[in-house]
Amino acid sequence: MDAQSIIARRVARELRAGNLVNLGIGIPTLVANFVPSDLKVFFQSENGLIGTGPIPEQGMAHPHLTDAGGRPISALPGACVFDSAMSFGLIRGGHVDITVLGGLQVDAEGHLANWMIPGKMVPGMGGAMDLVTGAKRVIVAMQHAAKGKSKIVQKCALPLTSSRPVDLVVTDMAVIGFTAGRITLQETAPGVTIAEVMAVTEADLFIPANVPQMKI
Amino acid sequence: MKAVSVEEAVARIPNGSTVMVGGFMGVGTPERLLDELVRQRKSELSIISNDAAFPGKGVGKLFDAALVSTLTTSHIGLNPNVQKQMMANQVAVNLVPQGTFVERIRAGGCGLGGVLTPTGVGTMVEEGKRRIEVDGKSFLLETALRSDFALIHAFLADYLGNLAYALTARNFNPVMAMAADTVIVTAENIVPVGVIAPDHVVTPAPLVDYLIANG
Repeated sequence: MDAQSIIARRVARELRAGNLVNLGIGIPTLVANFVPSDLKVFFQSENGLIGTGPIPEQGMAHPHLTDAGGRPISALPGACVFDSAMSFGLIRGGHVDITVLGGLQVDAEGHLANWMIPGKMVPGMGGAMDLVTGAKRVIVAMQHAAKGKSKIVQKCALPLTSSRPVDLVVTDMAVIGFTAGRITLQETAPGVTIAEVMAVTEADLFIPANVPQMKI
Repeated sequence: MKAVSVEEAVARIPNGSTVMVGGFMGVGTPERLLDELVRQRKSELSIISNDAAFPGKGVGKLFDAALVSTLTTSHIGLNPNVQKQMMANQVAVNLVPQGTFVERIRAGGCGLGGVLTPTGVGTMVEEGKRRIEVDGKSFLLETALRSDFALIHAFLADYLGNLAYALTARNFNPVMAMAADTVIVTAENIVPVGVIAPDHVVTPAPLVDYLIANG
């Protein structure tokens, strides 16, 4: 299985019936593909929709119905639309149960950096700062390393997205949590050893006695 | 409200104006007004819009024609032209978290001096701002935003200027329609008064200054 599918499948297992969920662009978007059809969750798109549905068939796209990246989506029966003040009221006000975001770096304290690389790439924070600050639970979905360099670092060198720590990091190699304020290896991906995870993790990971394999 | 041509509406916008533009990645953006801004070569604009859209779409067209000197926005990641113009110091870009962006505009339209938000505390966004503690929690004071003009796109307008929007094309439009001295609207459909039920009017007619039909 490819890295992105491993991550998206594992994150999908975190969703619970009735959750209001916001998925970021990239790997997080794929999570929706792996939610069991009998699990009723609400997906929010921060451009003003709750009840996002699958990408419409060829020729059925509506110019006024897109996701936050401007790509055509559909709306499920029971969907609702609202303006951006309402949308971010939902996000900042703690009404969103889970947000899943991509990341550039996460550090030992759970701080996320995901909106700029100074001097190189400045896309802007979009809604990420509000999502990390306001959502009840923040899950980062990203590759464990980029070009052999760990994205799980001791301290973020890149500008932070929020001073609020994230709750869970799901990579193609591991699930990492922050229980009791300690960066902890919770699961390893199928076929990946603890030693392999540690070899590409810059942060000082706490390794509990029992580290189960990721269920995906 | 006055019904005008798109040429007449844009002729009222002087060079150097501060202009809010509704839309999210070009969805719900008054494209005809932007095309006309480019045609009339209105320059040195200070644009306030959620994002820079894409080259050739939405506010992206203004950057293709190099008409913008300042951009206040939350995201420019999908428009490489803006990235280039920013790096070359042709455009000053003020990046604002999206939730803060909309609340600053809401505050501007509602007569508030600003808002207190937890977003940005302890990050680069805090630089130069006042941190205020309320009941033991930290917030940033984010000041209100207003503009000379707001360019708004609606799905329906009635003859009075009441507006309703379509799906995710609503986004920043109703909030911006509150926060500018002059509000110019393109509407896809003009309908008789009463067709938009009172419960479904999102932007009340008295907010609209100029309306361009069949936008």
